[in-house]
Amino acid sequence: MAQTTSGTVAAATPGTGVATVYDDAIVKMFFTAAVGWAVVGMLVGVMIALELAWWPANMGIPQITFGRLRPLHTNAVIFAFAGNVCFTGIYHSMQRLLKTRMFSDVLSRIHFWGWQGIIVLAAVTLPMGMTQSKEYAELIWPIDVLIAIVWVIFGVNFFGTIARRKVKHLYVAIWFYMSFVITIAVLHIVNNLAIPATLTRSYPVYAGLTDALVQWWYGHNAVGFFLTTPFLGLMYYYLPRAAERPVYSYRLSILHFWALVFLYIWAGPHHLLYSALPDWAQTLGMVFSIMLLAPSWGGMLNGLLTLKGAWDRVRTDPILKFMVVAVSFYGMSTFEGPMMAIRSVNALAHFTNWVIGHVHSGALGWVGMMSFGMLYWLVQNLWKRPLAHPKWANHHFWLATIGIVLYTVSMWAAGLMEGLQWRALNDAGQLATPAFLDITHRLNPFMWIRLTGGAMYLTGAVMMAINFWQTIRGPGAEVSPTPVPVAAD
Amino acid sequence: MSDEQKHNESSKAYGRFHRRVLEGNGALFAIATTVAISIGALVEIAPMFSTTSLSWQRADWVTPYTPLEVAGRDIYIREGCYLCHSQMIRPMRSEMLRYGEWTRAAEYQYDRPFLLGSRRLGPDLQRVGGKYPDAWHFEHMRDPRSTSPGSIMPTYPWLYRQKYDPADVAKSVRALATAGTPYTATDDASVAAALEAQADKIVASLATTSIQVAPDDEIIALIAFLQRLGTEGKKHFAQQAAQTSEAAPAPAQGTPSATGGGQ
Repeated sequence: MAQTTSGTVAAATPGTGVATVYDDAIVKMFFTAAVGWAVVGMLVGVMIALELAWWPANMGIPQITFGRLRPLHTNAVIFAFAGNVCFTGIYHSMQRLLKTRMFSDVLSRIHFWGWQGIIVLAAVTLPMGMTQSKEYAELIWPIDVLIAIVWVIFGVNFFGTIARRKVKHLYVAIWFYMSFVITIAVLHIVNNLAIPATLTRSYPVYAGLTDALVQWWYGHNAVGFFLTTPFLGLMYYYLPRAAERPVYSYRLSILHFWALVFLYIWAGPHHLLYSALPDWAQTLGMVFSIMLLAPSWGGMLNGLLTLKGAWDRVRTDPILKFMVVAVSFYGMSTFEGPMMAIRSVNALAHFTNWVIGHVHSGALGWVGMMSFGMLYWLVQNLWKRPLAHPKWANHHFWLATIGIVLYTVSMWAAGLMEGLQWRALNDAGQLATPAFLDITHRLNPFMWIRLTGGAMYLTGAVMMAINFWQTIRGPGAEVSPTPVPVAAD
Repeated sequence: MSDEQKHNESSKAYGRFHRRVLEGNGALFAIATTVAISIGALVEIAPMFSTTSLSWQRADWVTPYTPLEVAGRDIYIREGCYLCHSQMIRPMRSEMLRYGEWTRAAEYQYDRPFLLGSRRLGPDLQRVGGKYPDAWHFEHMRDPRSTSPGSIMPTYPWLYRQKYDPADVAKSVRALATAGTPYTATDDASVAAALEAQADKIVASLATTSIQVAPDDEIIALIAFLQRLGTEGKKHFAQQAAQTSEAAPAPAQGTPSATGGGQ
């Protein structure tokens, strides 16, 4: 609690010259990029959802077939949208938590432009079919080298800022950011070790199941350390700020931080259950995935209990609504994940739409909603203006929430259906539905429901972008930097 | 008592230790975090490089992909086929009825990158090799619905216009050799000769169904790759079955995958 207060004092006392100390220009740059890439990444998602519901949607154009756009969608929402959201929040909150300007303005800008350049390169190369094929590590080796360089620059800037901090103790958000900076560097480098054949093609140094294990160690921890720990850090800073309440428990944050970073890294092999990977590795993956439930819920509870005494405001403040739903979805998907990692459940769920539903309850529910909550809070604090359309924030919240429900429920239904029908045997012990396509056809209505849910979620994001644009560019007078509850009307 | 003091006076020893030792020292915190994330990674991944593991992942009945199959595999990767089709048959009755014998570790030994897949929007392809004639694949990639009515797979007309470049394929073969695949002849001429020899066979097989196609069209490489998938395993398992039941007549070729659809 002390940390919260000591960390927030600087930001909460306007007019003391702090604003001139902090580099908020870089925060605004990352903010703008995050909002822009959100729309792009989700639009690509809606496009490939359409292609799954109605195959001719790619119009025979190679660059926009499902196989080439799907990696673009995942890379855009993870590294472009979520990545820029993390950088926005980290650059904004760490300066305030450490009461110092970022270590180097130049490094900050190299980080920004380098990262956006990487995203543009991704958006060009992936539709051209230039890919390494490893999920979330598709980008070709020259881009991987760029990522490593930019990440090291970010790391130097990050640790340099910590080194010149003006507070003694590191607040819990900083711990989570640190695990993000360190682990992503390790994962990225180890998983992308490859022998180049040409400028655009390379072959991994690992082969077969070793390659698969390294990839899913990377892939699962990309979820863990790109979409979970930095967002928990953001939760630990922005949820208490928005709720104006201190973090519920300091000791719980210590316990769940260390348990989370230690346990998460083991969980990768649950992606390879029932493969020819040795049983001991599969079992370790399953057991650690189940154990992961405890620290995950520790984080969820610490977030939700922070709202103690502020629940009345959750009814009226869209920022808190976004955050509460985000933390709730975090709790739900971190319950679902361990269940799906149990061998017998995985036997049914693996390869089905259920996995897609699970991923999106985490991505749309946790990452997306937490990002929106933070961005709505930040736009008013950074540009010191009230929202141009306060009510739109509320509409956005409901569009997104209903969109997620349509998305996840349709994918659960479709996943259970195909999983059960793929394996159903008749009385003679033969396949009940031997024709794969018969099962595919039964899924079509769910593909349209998912598309509807995704389109609603995208619509909400577009409304947010317009709202932000008019807030920033509009004639609104400057107001105090303390957050204005957007639903004050 | 301020909150700050409360923390320092925390009744729990780990709370005091954490606050005084770790939270006050960024470098120590970073090292502790690195240690925490390294343990699981080392325990799980390092054994994969042990001699035991490496020998268990290998078998002499599996051979490296030919240059034409390498070219086809690169097209398979380029088009993101692995995003809808897995190459991993699980050891379950329903899977073996539908797709054939479950996949052994050694069958992946030359897979760089691995292509197990994570989603089955279409059927598994681990043992698709030899299941259909070359002409079936030729028609299927051009218009999936011509061979599989109601398929939701896109069409791939550009595979019939674009050509693979033998010099480019040779670069891939050399990179794979550097990575550890035991290729003996990796110079441009040898690779080009190997490409031509295998492509001509596929062109000839297609010609029997009146399909005219150039040997360096991308579709030829893709067919070569698809037709190879899982065949060595099928042959090996059939031989094993024959050996174990030598008193009885040898089972028909490809028994494990003879049943089941996937059409």
